[in-house]
Amino acid sequence: MNKNQNQNPYLERLYNGLLKENPVLVLMLGMCPALAVSTSASNGLGMGLSTTAVLVLSNLVISLLRKAIPDEVRLPAFIVVVATLVTIVELVTQAYIPALYAALGIYIPLIVVNCIILGRAEAYASKNGPGTSIFDGLGMGLGFTVALTLAGLIRELIGAGTVFGNQVLPASVEPIGIFVKAPGAFMVFALIIIVQNALGIKTRQRELVEEGCTGQCATCKISCATGEAVQKARDEKKRLEEEAKAAAIAAAKAAKEARDREKAAAAAAANAEGKEVQK
Amino acid sequence: MNNSLLTILIENMLINNVVLIQFLGICSFLGVSKQMKPSASLGGAVIFVITIASAVASLLYDFVLEPLGLDYMKTIVFILVIAALVQVVEMFLKKTSPAVYKALGIYLPLITTNCAVLGVALTNVQNDYNFIESVVAGFGTALGYTIAIVLLAGIRSRINEADLPAPLRGAPIVLICAALMSIAFMGFAGLS
Repeated sequence: MNKNQNQNPYLERLYNGLLKENPVLVLMLGMCPALAVSTSASNGLGMGLSTTAVLVLSNLVISLLRKAIPDEVRLPAFIVVVATLVTIVELVTQAYIPALYAALGIYIPLIVVNCIILGRAEAYASKNGPGTSIFDGLGMGLGFTVALTLAGLIRELIGAGTVFGNQVLPASVEPIGIFVKAPGAFMVFALIIIVQNALGIKTRQRELVEEGCTGQCATCKISCATGEAVQKARDEKKRLEEEAKAAAIAAAKAAKEARDREKAAAAAAANAEGKEVQK
Repeated sequence: MNNSLLTILIENMLINNVVLIQFLGICSFLGVSKQMKPSASLGGAVIFVITIASAVASLLYDFVLEPLGLDYMKTIVFILVIAALVQVVEMFLKKTSPAVYKALGIYLPLITTNCAVLGVALTNVQNDYNFIESVVAGFGTALGYTIAIVLLAGIRSRINEADLPAPLRGAPIVLICAALMSIAFMGFAGLS
């Protein structure tokens, strides 16, 4: 894989999304849908693939439009692109996979506010060509899908004794129903992170929860729109400070000039006086 | 369905708690809940924004989108309206009440991408709520968010003192606390 990583930018993107920067397991992005729809392996898979479809298409569109979108309005523009694609995916799911549409419900339109999508648009697609952007979206999307399916698998197995709807545990084993309910989502993700921590796999989770969200998004590698807003606020503040500084410098300069003028005037006066005295 | 306003309020605040049962707004729930004071401020900002956003979204849906048959545009329209709304609220607060702005200001941009805001707007449409019901539902949801984040902040400030096994520190213990809170909130299901 390492060799490929150097040779093939497309495979490198896939590897990056699936393992190195897995959005859910490593970067802890997109936790809302990850927790909400991992009630079964098939729901996780369906949500993962829907998000992948949006991610690949949005990366493609945004990469193609990257030179046409002015920098100042890029976030609203990205949001419109993503929202349009999400609506398309929503309508397609409703028409062709109604069972999935019913299971995922409100979480399909909520793909719009999934940090991963805007994050990739901002961090990758808006700076790179369409080819690698597609693979970046594919890698990130598949990484998301793998994480969701894994969590769904665990929850379904413990909570209902099934895998993809097929009974695997013997009927004598009583399933622990709470795992397919809301608390189970928190518990399974806690377990996944505990295993990662125990194995020494470096993740950003600790950082996120320890240092707080207010600052981390802006500094994190995949900047989501939230981070962007915070960053914007910071830039604005910096700009204001710089302006104040510039104003102060200008004021100082003006004061110095005034002083100089005064001095010159005084000198001239003194000169004139001197001349007068000489006369 | 009994649509009395109190039922809607309780249902959105406790029974279908936005964070612990519906998993919306998890990012800020985990990220900002380290201390009590910022959590309470964020809760205040969320109550403010979600209540206004659900009012605006409800009006837009009832008087613009539905009459024009543009139902399928709701995701796009709502997200743009919410983003713009947060900006307007921010500017308005900055001008009119600097004290409130100082307390809530830095959290307002965080809320734009908080999926709870869009989630509430979409749920209101799904449930066919009218204007008043939407506002009450939005307020209840936001109140539920505030209750959850303040409770978690309280728990976390205690856990900071505890001697935990290394792999549990950080995110895992917070998620486990959230799981226990979620179990507690499941008890409210009996209210419905």
